[in-house]
Amino acid sequence: MSLTTSTLEPDLVPDDGGGRDPMTSGSLDGAPMWGIRLGSIALGLLGYVAFGSVNWALWAVIALATYMVATLLVSRVVESPRQATDRFAAAVMTSAFVVVLFPLFSVVWTVIDRGSNRFDWEFYTSSMRGVIGEGGGGYHAIVGTLIVTALTAAFAIPFGLFTAIYLVEYADGGRFAKAVTSLVDVMTGIPSIVAGLFAYALFVVLDDVPVLTALSTGVGHRSGLAGAVALTLLMTPVVVRTSEEMLRLVPNELREASYALGVPRWKTILKVVLPTAVSGILTGIVLAIARVIGETAPLLVTVGITADVNWNPFEGRMATLPVFAYNSYKFPTLPPEASIDRAWAAALTLVILVVILFSIARILSSILKPKGLK
Amino acid sequence: MTTLESPPSDNDSAFDEPVGKAGDKVFFGLSFGAAALILITLAAVAFFLFIQGLPTFTGDGTELDGDGSFFAYVGPLVFGTIYLSCIALLLATPVAIAVALYISHYAPRKVAQTLGYFIDLLAAIPSVVYGLWGITVLAPVISTSMFPWLRDNLGFIPVFGSDVAIAQSGRSTFTVGVVLAVMVLPIITAISREVFLQTPRLHEEASLALGATRWEVIRQAVIPYGRSGVISGAMLGLGRALGETMAVAIILSPARGYFWDVLTAQNSNSIASNIALQFPESSGLEVNRLIATGLVLFLLTFGVNAIARRVANAGFSGADG
Repeated sequence: MSLTTSTLEPDLVPDDGGGRDPMTSGSLDGAPMWGIRLGSIALGLLGYVAFGSVNWALWAVIALATYMVATLLVSRVVESPRQATDRFAAAVMTSAFVVVLFPLFSVVWTVIDRGSNRFDWEFYTSSMRGVIGEGGGGYHAIVGTLIVTALTAAFAIPFGLFTAIYLVEYADGGRFAKAVTSLVDVMTGIPSIVAGLFAYALFVVLDDVPVLTALSTGVGHRSGLAGAVALTLLMTPVVVRTSEEMLRLVPNELREASYALGVPRWKTILKVVLPTAVSGILTGIVLAIARVIGETAPLLVTVGITADVNWNPFEGRMATLPVFAYNSYKFPTLPPEASIDRAWAAALTLVILVVILFSIARILSSILKPKGLK
Repeated sequence: MTTLESPPSDNDSAFDEPVGKAGDKVFFGLSFGAAALILITLAAVAFFLFIQGLPTFTGDGTELDGDGSFFAYVGPLVFGTIYLSCIALLLATPVAIAVALYISHYAPRKVAQTLGYFIDLLAAIPSVVYGLWGITVLAPVISTSMFPWLRDNLGFIPVFGSDVAIAQSGRSTFTVGVVLAVMVLPIITAISREVFLQTPRLHEEASLALGATRWEVIRQAVIPYGRSGVISGAMLGLGRALGETMAVAIILSPARGYFWDVLTAQNSNSIASNIALQFPESSGLEVNRLIATGLVLFLLTFGVNAIARRVANAGFSGADG
């Protein structure tokens, strides 16, 4: 999912593609097509008036079906069969798009609607310590999410970035580089829960090695560090992929110009290549953080959940927003409504964090773009 | 993660000069080390999962519930994982392709950019949110409106027709399939849109010059060019669906065994969801067994992704234009 946008201009594909002679056949361009669209919507409304009950799904189904069939028939009569197929295809694709909007908007709306029940000061300032029933909040989970995500970023960004630098700047398409590239692909496909199990298994073994007791995570092998290791496994390949893509976009002439001036390779990378690619790389990194910040499954098995704030990622369980949302919903305390409201508030907080990260990515990519490439 | 031992020598660098040679060595060492760490990490994933999964086979099976046979335990889970993902993919792929074509070739350019951004954003919404939405909003709606309709009108299809009562709560395979479809749809759409936009302009113009309509351009130029990309996008979506944990864990009402019926309250669980549900309350050999199922899931997704990459690399023969 790269960030490049279309270079295709819409007028490349004219609306009244060939096959039709305007002198001998009618045209449905403009008003007639809108007539069909509005007519379909009206018919859908009529449909449910006749049935006497409000059913939005039925209304949408009737309207979209009418739209597709009417377009096909009318165009066939007024225009040519080829034109009719063309219009029908357009109608199908528009309908598919409209259908998809329903669940997607429903998700967004539900999160905002339900999440706003507890979108208050108390939720963001208090933990669940000693809270039974109503009240309480997700402060401990927000702290946990920020700590675990920051640790993950601290591991995955240098790891991923240097791997990308190796692949683009140093590797000459050798066996090793090919192996690394395909293994990055494998890593991209690791299911998140498997990453969690790996981190758990790793820390179980580490705990048994006497020398490494400094890393010991206490009872149950749960710690923020283990969670960060699991998330690093998920974030690194994304960082490698986007950074690699961006580094490859840097024109070779820039490197050669720098070498010609006698600048050593590492300084060329640091002062010429990276600054040129920095907007793309940073955007990719921010989007990668957005991807891992909502991961639930790996944190469920490695970090667990607790009711209190835990600032120490090296010892003991920690609450994180996704696990907090899941736990509050799955194992509600009495009254259940209070728990479920907290779950939704945590979900809303997560979505807000993702949207903020996306906005940062967008802003970064526009302000950091090197002047020559704008 | 970047602390490394002595960097290997950089012999093949053409720009080895006295100036900054130490810097070069350090920098090469760091990047080579990071790349090597990728290899080590993946080896470690396989190794630690194997080490921790192994006691399932060597340990005392009587500690476990059931007859202690691992394959009897993991079989229904593998079935459930694949079944759920395939339903999701069947529902999502055609719609995703249509939406991608709409965004790339039908929507006005300004609108298309915003839509593309929106789709990317939806792909990043945490799965726990989709899970909560599925059980709170979707399940009640489709279990009261769609389930009876499907049973009464499409009952001749074995998976819909059932003697067992339909799940009133909506916690069934079908609901999870729909939620997973909604989740993978942005992924497949984003990748398909990307390849559709990369269709060489000359191919499209050639088609237009022959008098093709917009749909004919798509059929003659865009789809043949994007086919492998779409397939690999769908496979990536499948990989995502196979590993999806939270939505399944929140919505599905699971049972042990193989269940084909999609509308009932008895459903085969998926591997990932089973781990999430069982892990916090497991101990001893049960944990080892869950880790072993995790290894099975890893191999499953590995296989799917390998196929996806092979398809993607096969590519379009005339793609140089």
